Amino acid sequence: MTYTPSQTVGPYLSIGLPWPDGPDVVTEGVPGAFRLHGVVTDGAGDPIPDALVETWQADPAGRFDHPDDPRGAVSGFRGFGRCPTDDSGRYWIRTLKPGAVPGPDGAPQAPHIDVSVFARGLLHRVVTRVYFADEEAANATDAILTGVPENRRATLLAVPDETGYRFDIRLQGDDETVFFAV
Amino acid sequence: MTTADRLVVPGYRRDDADAHPPLRSPDYKSTMLRAPSQAPLLLPHTLTEVTGPLLGEGRVTAADSDLTRHAGGEAQGQRIVVHGQVRDSDGRPVPDTLVEVWQANAGGRYLHKWDQHDSPLDPHFTGVGRVLTDSLGRYRFVTIKPGAYPWRNHHNAWRPAHIHLSLFGRAFTQRLVTQMYFPDDPLFPYDPIYNSVPEAARHRMVSRFDLSATVEEWALGFEFDIVLRGREATPMEES
Ligand SMILES: [Fe+2]
Repeated sequence: MTYTPSQTVGPYLSIGLPWPDGPDVVTEGVPGAFRLHGVVTDGAGDPIPDALVETWQADPAGRFDHPDDPRGAVSGFRGFGRCPTDDSGRYWIRTLKPGAVPGPDGAPQAPHIDVSVFARGLLHRVVTRVYFADEEAANATDAILTGVPENRRATLLAVPDETGYRFDIRLQGDDETVFFAV
Repeated sequence: MTTADRLVVPGYRRDDADAHPPLRSPDYKSTMLRAPSQAPLLLPHTLTEVTGPLLGEGRVTAADSDLTRHAGGEAQGQRIVVHGQVRDSDGRPVPDTLVEVWQANAGGRYLHKWDQHDSPLDPHFTGVGRVLTDSLGRYRFVTIKPGAYPWRNHHNAWRPAHIHLSLFGRAFTQRLVTQMYFPDDPLFPYDPIYNSVPEAARHRMVSRFDLSATVEEWALGFEFDIVLRGREATPMEES
């Protein structure tokens, strides 16, 4: 069977996709919770006010609430965040740092969050990964991150700041974010 | 088997360039500053990619699958039933998955601050719906047929009538956002978004008129099946 083709979300995705609790991977007040936030920009460096950012990640123990996790599903951690960008191109989610998840070779991966970006002008989502700049040791042995050309790796690093971590997404141009084919 | 072996799980089939539009599609002008210019890197399918949000239960009420009633009244327009089955590319139904839809009203106007199309809003139509597939991957919602609408991509540009659909599937790899079109729309040849998809695959975005799904003296019926990515060949079970 052949896949249904992808189409753009168009400019009016905010009619159908945002949820009131979309950014809350965890609710406010959960110990260790922080904001992962940033700006989505286009090839001219302008903020994109009609994008949607979605995140998917393991819990702090590296587990998923999903039946295909061979270690058994753990319930209670949503793992999913969703936030439309505002008029300044900004998004945010409230979450916890994920634990280590086994990688392609079975060795643990560095903590990471999978990200999908949708927008008018994107006929298909683009996918990237958030790694954490303060996880130097784990990052140095991560098979996927170290497979990224060194001069582009920094685009995948969320940088600590006063509210949590900042992760900007540049769709095109200088310092373009590394995107992945899943 | 070592512990590590057990944690390497079968991945999903890769996306297919014959199915999807290229990100850079010059006739659709918004792609020019938004499509990444570098080729994407291949991401292995680890546990993060073969799992995904299984949300929807508790987020969807029966009323969410009827877009024709809002604020105490009925929406203007041609009432339609849209139904279909969500399967993966191995033909397996995708059960209990959230389908989110949004669309313009019968006059081609969206309830959105940026839509200034000179066509009236309908106080009884928001254009938002959601539904969960059942155990066989089937879904059904009731709405009104959206109107075509102008956009400013090029001179006298009109989008063919369409409904936006968003699906999660069962894994991060299966996430899909698409648009459902209606049979024989005269605007197809002029629409750069529809035509961004390889020609042989375009028909998969077009619903089928389905007399058996019509409701006598009440609504027309359209069928729209959706195919998400299936699994890679599963490794042999250890005997
Ligand atoms: Fe649209």
